[in-house]
Amino acid sequence: MSYDCAVSVRVPDSLEELVTGLAADPGCELLAGGTDLMVEINFGRRRPASIMSLSRVTELKGWSEDAATGELVLGGALTYTEMLQPDLAGRLPALAQAARTVGSPQIRNAGTLGGNLATASPAGDTLPVLVALDAVVVVESADGRREVPVGDFVTGAKRTALRPHDVVHSVRVPTRRTRQEFLKVGTRNAMVIAVCSAAVVVDLDSCSVRVALGSVGPVPLRAHEAEELAGEVLDWDAGGVLAGDAHRDGALERFAGLVSAASRPIDDHRSTAAYRRHAVGVCARRALERVAA
Amino acid sequence: MTTVSAVSSTAVAPARVRSASLGTSRKRPDGGPKVKGEFAFSSDLWAEGALWGKVLRSPHPAARITGIDTSRARNLPGVKAVLVADDVPGNPFFGLEMKDQPVFASDVARYMGEAVAAVAADHPEVARKAAELIEVTYEPIDPLVDPERALDPVTPPMHPMGNTVRHISVRHGDAVASGDVVVEGTYEVGMQDQAFMGPESGLAIPDEDGGVDLFISTQWLHVDRDQVADCLALPPDKVRLHLAGVGGAFGAREDVSLQVHICLLALRTGRPVKMVFSREESFLGHVHRHPARMSYRHEADRDGRIVKIEAKILLDGGAYASSSTAVLANAACFAGGPYLVPNAVIDADVVRTNNPPCGAMRGFGAVQVCHAYEAQMDKLAAALGMDPVELRLRNALQPGDELLTGQALTGAAPVAEVIRRCAEAPLPPGGPADEPGSMTLPGGAGRTADPTRVRRGIGFAVGFKNLMYSEGFDDYSTARCRIEHGIVTVFSAAAEVGQGLVTLVEQIAEDVFGTDKIIVAPADTGVGSAGSTSASRQTWMSGGAVDAACRKARDSLLDLAARRHGTVAAVLEVREGRVVSFDGEIDETIEEATGGAAIEETVEFRHAPTFPLDERGQGDAHVSFAFAAHRAVVDVDLDLGLVKVVEVTTAQDVGRVLNPVQVVGQIEGGIAQGVGLAVMEEILVDQGLVRNASFTDYLIPTALDMPLVQIAALVEEPEPGAPFGAKGVGEPPTISSTAAVAAAVRAASGLALTRVPIRPEHIALAAPRQGEAGS
Ligand SMILES: Cc1cc2nc3c(=O)[nH]c(=O)nc-3n(C[C@H](O)[C@H](O)[C@H](O)COP(=O)(O)OP(=O)(O)OC[C@H]3O[C@@H](n4cnc5c(N)ncnc54)[C@H](O)[C@@H]3O)c2cc1C
Repeated sequence: MSYDCAVSVRVPDSLEELVTGLAADPGCELLAGGTDLMVEINFGRRRPASIMSLSRVTELKGWSEDAATGELVLGGALTYTEMLQPDLAGRLPALAQAARTVGSPQIRNAGTLGGNLATASPAGDTLPVLVALDAVVVVESADGRREVPVGDFVTGAKRTALRPHDVVHSVRVPTRRTRQEFLKVGTRNAMVIAVCSAAVVVDLDSCSVRVALGSVGPVPLRAHEAEELAGEVLDWDAGGVLAGDAHRDGALERFAGLVSAASRPIDDHRSTAAYRRHAVGVCARRALERVAA
Repeated sequence: MTTVSAVSSTAVAPARVRSASLGTSRKRPDGGPKVKGEFAFSSDLWAEGALWGKVLRSPHPAARITGIDTSRARNLPGVKAVLVADDVPGNPFFGLEMKDQPVFASDVARYMGEAVAAVAADHPEVARKAAELIEVTYEPIDPLVDPERALDPVTPPMHPMGNTVRHISVRHGDAVASGDVVVEGTYEVGMQDQAFMGPESGLAIPDEDGGVDLFISTQWLHVDRDQVADCLALPPDKVRLHLAGVGGAFGAREDVSLQVHICLLALRTGRPVKMVFSREESFLGHVHRHPARMSYRHEADRDGRIVKIEAKILLDGGAYASSSTAVLANAACFAGGPYLVPNAVIDADVVRTNNPPCGAMRGFGAVQVCHAYEAQMDKLAAALGMDPVELRLRNALQPGDELLTGQALTGAAPVAEVIRRCAEAPLPPGGPADEPGSMTLPGGAGRTADPTRVRRGIGFAVGFKNLMYSEGFDDYSTARCRIEHGIVTVFSAAAEVGQGLVTLVEQIAEDVFGTDKIIVAPADTGVGSAGSTSASRQTWMSGGAVDAACRKARDSLLDLAARRHGTVAAVLEVREGRVVSFDGEIDETIEEATGGAAIEETVEFRHAPTFPLDERGQGDAHVSFAFAAHRAVVDVDLDLGLVKVVEVTTAQDVGRVLNPVQVVGQIEGGIAQGVGLAVMEEILVDQGLVRNASFTDYLIPTALDMPLVQIAALVEEPEPGAPFGAKGVGEPPTISSTAAVAAAVRAASGLALTRVPIRPEHIALAAPRQGEAGS
């Protein structure tokens, strides 16, 4: 072959080898499930000269519970299929609900949490869930480890706080008593990119509600005013439930309106800004009804 | 002994007795390999020393081309050829009905994705890179994207042949007739794609004789061959086409896509050339279903009998003609639906624009008008306070009735029966799931539904279209049967595109010879044309040709055996693969019966002739029709506008069932495409630019979107003149399924919803808000 289009592919066996390799070759692309990267390559949008596969880096795989802090530690290479297994899904139901909406079984077997974070698509489905769960991204590189809250990790549409030689090591999710729900709108009933999504977490430890929205802005958005309203209308003494009184519908309606107002959607070929603004409010309201019934 | 004889379908006895093979769900020979991933599609072909081809396409929907510099591309190591318009040795234009499309755009590019140059290189990456290095100087022009503007005589032509490709006026009966009840409406259909899975691909191998062998996935080998030969300036026999594994077609493989480019590259380089479109190129590189704007006025008497229909139909043909003229004829001829329409005033146009070219797609012009006339029938029923099914029954066409083209309906036309059988089928028990977020509710895996805000709706629609080619086209299929060394081989150039024709050919030949020792030869241009695998025509046409060729060969076999035995053929028959006499005296194998000779019979099979439409749109333009009814049950989330199609029930006029599983396959697949058009499938074009040339954003139904399909009835009323009495079954499932789903969504939402696909915002931003009164 006369035109040079060769790509070097390395398969490091450990995190150590991975981060030193990256430090020496910061232009290198990481390959986890390849469900974003290979699409980019096929479209000619990215043509990396070198690639490092995460497939043998065991430190990034699976999930565990931090005995000291009680936090859940989700590996950077955790797959969607793993998020759907009952042991993890039982602890983080909204993450499992989001994972179930991603692609097809093949995509869920290959695609990873780290890949979703590093791609940082406005439609990345785990992002609003991680924001609503108050999760923190653990970033590893040859010069050490640092922790970045998910909200700060995603800095713009497809932009992150990752430096070229960084790896998403894991995501730490605080374990609190919560009820959580994730809803996603797409123009088909499965295997569809989000037109909008909403994650709602009722946090019984802090007596607060967190609402994060996907696909209605460049980054996942918190709906702070809606959160405050929800915090006020939930009866925390009764376990964080909505009072069944006459004001219930009015409060939910205002909640939906505040969520819509917090969104910053655009018109594109998938939908219109007006629909997204409307639909994200409907989704958040329905999510709240489910977790605070 | 080789003879070519002509057979007309009127000479064929209808409705033969069913035999051991026809009528059974014989397994497909390609089924196992396809399921196991072992089937070789056209994209899997390879030849020693093959180069990779790549086409450079215009990024602009309309631009003057003022310069093309290929020097950098040529100088890239590994590049073996870079071709532009000047390199085309023959006719620089091709096209199915009009040769109006350049092989390469040279002075003007008329749509986004139009081919400008082609490259062959020793590696696909090199070919891709070389295409990028071709420097084309474009001067973008304001694209003509509005079909109404294209129709306006003051608009400058965007093509030397003008903007209007065809106009049809239908003037039937009394133009000033009027009824007691009038309903009007304006309807739109978006641009649907055939969305086959196997991208355009092929392998061209140059031959020492100066010709070329092209292995290609297509719907019609001979029409490709003639266009390629014309552009290459080669005699047709120097261009030999072989059918490669076809990964779906649905109309998108009727036109030439890469055929000419790849043969040019092979002849120029003297090496085999392989080309496989990327998915994006595939979306840009084939025709789509014509988008339509239709305004209708129905007038009926107080009893609900249609008195008159007026309609204006405008199809956007995109940049080149493709099969637009025939699509328009269907839109005009079937504009009234399968109803008795005594008076009609219809004006139909198809125009050129700088939008993507449109052409054949399953349903071919009949789908668009069905969306409109069935919405009108529902409106009429509402205006009359009549049950919509009853209204349809009251107007249903019957044998002997005149169509609005003046043609008398002579064949089987069980319109009332398909309506009745479909309407009488049981409805799915229960209602929408009551568990919030259930995956069976609208929104599916996204878990968005609130069951209290989900409404169920039921819609009904009926449709019809022509079978085979119309308007006087010389429509025929050729088949050959050879008997040699005791083996029966059947030759036909008919394209198997996934529909199962190869299975049927085996079944037909087996029935003639009573043996399963039949070989179906690969399809190629070594035998005469079989016509296109489209227009629901191959069971009738190539099935008929194969049947006639086999029977002719069998008769020759019996003659030969009779001569050898000094008797007459009348006392002999072929039974279970043996030649036997009635008295049992003669009982020998086919091989023994031929006595070492070979028998070969070739037959050209034609259906009864059709005739052009006159200037009033009248004439016996079609040879046969098929009818189907669909009933859709949908659940709609009123606040989010999301739809779950729960069930589609159908009854279809099939003439005769020759292979039950294959009929069901056509019905299920056709309904999937109909559902897709109703609620999601659309090529989005903005100022001539395609916005969703990928399966990320061109959405087709998944398993969660596909409804349960209930086949209420396959109505078997044998079609006179049709071999075996069978009608084509491929297209009717797509025609009225879209209209039925749209009607069901209207019923659930209470909204007018005049455009398909119906998008969530059309429902959600129009419906009463949550908290307001819901029905
Ligand atoms: C058919 C299809 C459907 C899809 N549907 C959805 C959907 O519904 N919702 C959704 O959110 N996404 C969807 N996606 C996108 C994709 O599957 C997800 O974003 C997935 O999480 C990507 O993970 P991956 O492991 O495949 O990443 P890869 O493709 O391997 O990598 C993507 C990027 O992340 C970087 N990267 C990967 N891992 C790390 C790490 N540990 N540290 C630092 N950088 C890293 C890579 O270098 C690369 O730049 C879909 C994709 C396809 C092809």
